[in-house]
Amino acid sequence: MSNNHHDSSHGSVKSYIVGFILSIILTVIPYYLVVHHAMDFDNLVLTVMAIAVLQLLVQVVYFLHLSFKGEEYSKTLSFIFTILVVLILVIGTIWIMWNLHENMMPGMTH
Amino acid sequence: MTAHSVNHHDDHHHDHEAEATSKVLFGFWVYIMSDCILFSCLFASYAVLHTHVFGGPTGKELFDLNYVMVETFLLLISSFTYGLAMLAVNKGKKCQVMGWLLVTFLLGVGFIAMEINEFHHLIAEGNGPSRSAFLSSFFALVGTHGLHVTSGLIWMSLLMIQVVKFGLTPMVNRKLACLSLFWHFLDIVWIFVFTVVYLIGVM
Repeated sequence: MSNNHHDSSHGSVKSYIVGFILSIILTVIPYYLVVHHAMDFDNLVLTVMAIAVLQLLVQVVYFLHLSFKGEEYSKTLSFIFTILVVLILVIGTIWIMWNLHENMMPGMTH
Repeated sequence: MTAHSVNHHDDHHHDHEAEATSKVLFGFWVYIMSDCILFSCLFASYAVLHTHVFGGPTGKELFDLNYVMVETFLLLISSFTYGLAMLAVNKGKKCQVMGWLLVTFLLGVGFIAMEINEFHHLIAEGNGPSRSAFLSSFFALVGTHGLHVTSGLIWMSLLMIQVVKFGLTPMVNRKLACLSLFWHFLDIVWIFVFTVVYLIGVM
């Protein structure tokens, strides 16, 4: 009984190996893209950020074992809420400060 | 009859322990989520300030991507080996647990040593946190992550002592499970430090 419960919430050797290999791939790809200047600046930033988010999801699923099943549900829900707060904080800050920069210091942009 | 009641008592005990573990882990998870918000504030200030170099060096001139790549791999492998330690905890294999914890600990020490070396070089060349707003926010963000890893290492060394002293009791296992959440979380934060600070910094 007790063993089953632990197995389900801590994953298996396989899940750790899969997560580890995917993480390596998702670390090496952006490194090569940046070193070889594979695209122009804006696309490179977007691609590299997208790959980082992908690796976040890989590690959350394979290392932290978040899911919507059983008692993991409340952890996953608080995680999603935190992502929301983080996005508001980071995007909101950049948005506000960029607008301040544009509107309050017009001389600086020229 | 006696055997049955003893078994019954044992089941209750297990249920109680399992419930305590899930409560502690959820509480610790909520702490980690609040730590996420701390890091997001540091990321936001870095995003705003990273162009303000005040005539000093930019990230492109300062960062060595190959060096940081080694740091990244040390932390990633240590996250994996901690996972293996947790699997050994579930199987109750004390020697394996100690072995993987030791490997994880050494990888973590390697990461911190490389980071201290990097900071030392930057400060020795006059590019310390007081050089520009960019470097202030850089040291605040990467330094906070480094302090987290350091406290994780101290915690891990204390837990290794507890594993030796008490064995894999439910209390020790609970602490190991909390540290596993913390350690994986630090690796996830590093993914974003690596991407936002170093990869985008050297473009």
